[in-house]
Amino acid sequence: MKRFLSMILLLALFIVGCAPASSTPVSRTLTVFAAASLTDAFTEIGANFDAAHPDVTTTFNFAGSQALRTQIEEGAPADVFASASGKEMETLITNSFVAESASQFFLSNKLIVILPADNPAGIDSLEDLANSGIKIVLAAEEVPVGNYARQSLDLMDTSFGTDFKDKVLANVVSNEDNVKQVVAKIQLGEADAGIVYTSDAVAAPDLKTIEIPTELNIIAKYPIAPLTESANADLAEAFIAYVLSADGQAILQKWGFAPAQ
Amino acid sequence: MNKIKKNIKQILSQSDTSWIFIIPGVLLLALFALPIVALFMRSINTDFLDNAFSEQAFKALRLSLYTSTITTVCAVIFGTPLAYMLVRWKFRFKSWIELLVDLPIVLPPSVAGLVLLIAFGRRGLFGSFLLNTFGISLPFTTAAVVLAQIFVASPLYVRSARVGFAQIDKQLEEAAHVEGANHWQLFRDVMLPLTKRTLLSGAILTWTRALGEFGATILFAGNLEGITQTMPMAIYLGFERNLGTALALSVVLVIVSVFLLMLTKKLEKQEQE
Repeated sequence: MKRFLSMILLLALFIVGCAPASSTPVSRTLTVFAAASLTDAFTEIGANFDAAHPDVTTTFNFAGSQALRTQIEEGAPADVFASASGKEMETLITNSFVAESASQFFLSNKLIVILPADNPAGIDSLEDLANSGIKIVLAAEEVPVGNYARQSLDLMDTSFGTDFKDKVLANVVSNEDNVKQVVAKIQLGEADAGIVYTSDAVAAPDLKTIEIPTELNIIAKYPIAPLTESANADLAEAFIAYVLSADGQAILQKWGFAPAQ
Repeated sequence: MNKIKKNIKQILSQSDTSWIFIIPGVLLLALFALPIVALFMRSINTDFLDNAFSEQAFKALRLSLYTSTITTVCAVIFGTPLAYMLVRWKFRFKSWIELLVDLPIVLPPSVAGLVLLIAFGRRGLFGSFLLNTFGISLPFTTAAVVLAQIFVASPLYVRSARVGFAQIDKQLEEAAHVEGANHWQLFRDVMLPLTKRTLLSGAILTWTRALGEFGATILFAGNLEGITQTMPMAIYLGFERNLGTALALSVVLVIVSVFLLMLTKKLEKQEQE
């Protein structure tokens, strides 16, 4: 028993010892709250930003924009907020967490239907989403992408005939908490179809997709802003400037996002 | 105020070393108590009843009670024989089986949800067999909620039952064997009457844990109002939509939990007497 315990202790010490020692004495942390759909793109942007600013470590909190908004309202310390919908940003502006002049749109995104690679339900068109018995996963209505998806279904309702939306919603087996959960359920093959952003489909190339034509699609505009209570206002500005720069925009486009205009 | 100061002075006086116990103990207690106090202070207002009795809250409460009750019944039906075997029979790999039964207690719920999904999901190790043979697909169903709860909560029952069975004097058992009692008679006429309170308190613990299950459920069963959206799930999502509902539901869960814990305490006391 003693030997076992000392081995565990040794192992723990070894792991701690292996942690990279920070070489710079003063290191600052920039905290960015970003929509779950930005996970891949912002991780890359953050790595580049840290490389250009050796004394800065950027940490991310990726979740549904509505969850991030609530966390900020409840006092979570954040420096930058990047939302997948203007609505969440406006709420924060109303409550003075963000200065109105500081918020700007930095990219746009649109919707796409994703299917497991082997397409078990044999879905070939948007109309097939109304077939009875298929399992659809959406984001919850409070999540920006869940809200956009329902708006898009409204548009489809008018072109595919009434009760199309009702039939699709009747096929919904789960309302997930953020867009990446929807992607995960489709990747695991547990559901037959999901509606996500085109950028999510880029990040998951193993999935099949069905395009949603522009007239039935919803364009999501993402705002970004520093928070008024940020203790790192200069870093927040620098990070946002980098996101808006040609380099930052190129990374976003690589991950399937479109420019704001 | 002065009185408190005097008390603190007394506590800190040199001759008295009780502060060594009091200060750390009270700090930890404060950590437990303050959030509960804050919850009640913030949620008890004019909207409380509206929030607590909204349709979503009602559906979530009903589903939670329904699933956790089934879970508890299953834990008793399947867990009692397992606990009995683990205590009274001798067989190979027993300590490994005991470890397996305890594992879900310490496993993070997210791990529980993930392993359930890759085992019983329709692409899962066993789930694909279920789908191909019986056409059953578990994820996103109420059955998945129950399965997640059984996985996470029933080990608590098995644990209590093991402790209960182990406390019974071996000589009693041997005497019953000499009298010619078989395993079932021994269990029914000797073990069960002597342990029924321990078993009941274990069942209540399991019920409480099942009522609070969240992590495994959201991964394995998803979230759909009335089908898989239990109380903890409604609280988590209410946090983003309507904080009032989340707070009201939390109060209800706290009250139910306190009640159930009091019940177990009482049963334990009776057992000791």
